[in-house]
Amino acid sequence: MLDWLQMLGRGGLDFFERLGRGHVFVLRVLASVPVVFLQPRLIVTQIYSVGVLSLVIIVVSGLNVGMVLGLQMYNTLVDFGAETSLGPVVALSLVRELGPVVAGLLFAGRAGSALTAEIGLMKATEQLSGMEMMAVDPVKRIVAPRFVAGLISMPLLAAMFSAVGILGGYFVGVGLLGIDDGAFWSQMQSKVDLYEDVMNGVIKSIVFGVVITWIAVFEGYDAVPTTEGVSRATTNTVVYASLAVLGLDFVLTALMFGS
Amino acid sequence: MGSNRIVEIVVGVFVALGIAALFMLAMKVSNLSNLGADKGYEIQARFDNIGGLKVMSPVSVAGVRIGRVVAINFDQNRYEAVVKMMIDPSYNRLPKDTSASIFTAGLLGEQYVSLEPGADEEFLHDGDQVKLTQSSLVMEQIIGQFLFGKAAEGADQ
Repeated sequence: MLDWLQMLGRGGLDFFERLGRGHVFVLRVLASVPVVFLQPRLIVTQIYSVGVLSLVIIVVSGLNVGMVLGLQMYNTLVDFGAETSLGPVVALSLVRELGPVVAGLLFAGRAGSALTAEIGLMKATEQLSGMEMMAVDPVKRIVAPRFVAGLISMPLLAAMFSAVGILGGYFVGVGLLGIDDGAFWSQMQSKVDLYEDVMNGVIKSIVFGVVITWIAVFEGYDAVPTTEGVSRATTNTVVYASLAVLGLDFVLTALMFGS
Repeated sequence: MGSNRIVEIVVGVFVALGIAALFMLAMKVSNLSNLGADKGYEIQARFDNIGGLKVMSPVSVAGVRIGRVVAINFDQNRYEAVVKMMIDPSYNRLPKDTSASIFTAGLLGEQYVSLEPGADEEFLHDGDQVKLTQSSLVMEQIIGQFLFGKAAEGADQ
């Protein structure tokens, strides 16, 4: 009984200790963000590996999600003779929810895992300690540029996901199923609001970008410096970041569209 | 140095694409672009009741969309709704005695203005008013009339 309680206590302490380390770490990263902007080249290289290389999976998934959404919604809406509402349905679900969330999940899987593995391996091969030896702060040199790159890339990727998805819905709805071209866009424009819907979607994607990159760089930096530790950290990144995105999405939706 | 340049160019393209997507969401998907005036000529019509008609609703003749509603106002003196419609300039042969009605597309679809051409020799021009109008059918009124009729029938028997 006491053993069991001790186990529970140790688990709780470990959890809160790690949570605390994560917050102290993100403060250190945020403090070194201004320094990073003095070397924009570092950010550009990281945007390439975090953002540009995620582009293909984002665009392909966005197109497919939009096309499937158009196809399925049409089947339901056509029963009510309201198939011209396909435009608003596709646009609102993509801009408000699916764009930021699905792009966030893909981003966690594609870019987050890569960030963790990269930083974790640097730690395992003692490159980070080597930098410290040379009086180069690894947080400033390695972590902060990746954090900023993730922060910049994620909203752009989510916007592309939504835009490509709407085009996919357009191809299916107007091209394949024969909905009126003008009604598709005009209904969409009358129902989708720039601030209420598009801006809130962008805010969501920025929040997801911060959380995903934070989890990814922290897991890498805090990894046990062994092969096994790096692999576990990479798995943790994908699991925690995905759960964080889904959980935060509910909270943000309740705050933004709740009342 | 060469590969560095390529990386920078690719990142530039990526950022430009992202901004273009945001721009498309703002202009094409949401209602920002509609504040600017469409090309065409404007006619107006007065209705007793416009139901669920909105700015941007389509205006059609024989089922073909020829324009859209650009403004809806309320005339306080005559207690009527004033609907301004922007008609595509290529459709400039609408007779003067054209009539306008508000219909619903499908059971739950959006409402639109349907123009019924008359037989006048003269055509509508910018700023003209459609004289003959038929208000939108409000579901509650129809149900109310139906129930009232039923009740009257019951009283007769």
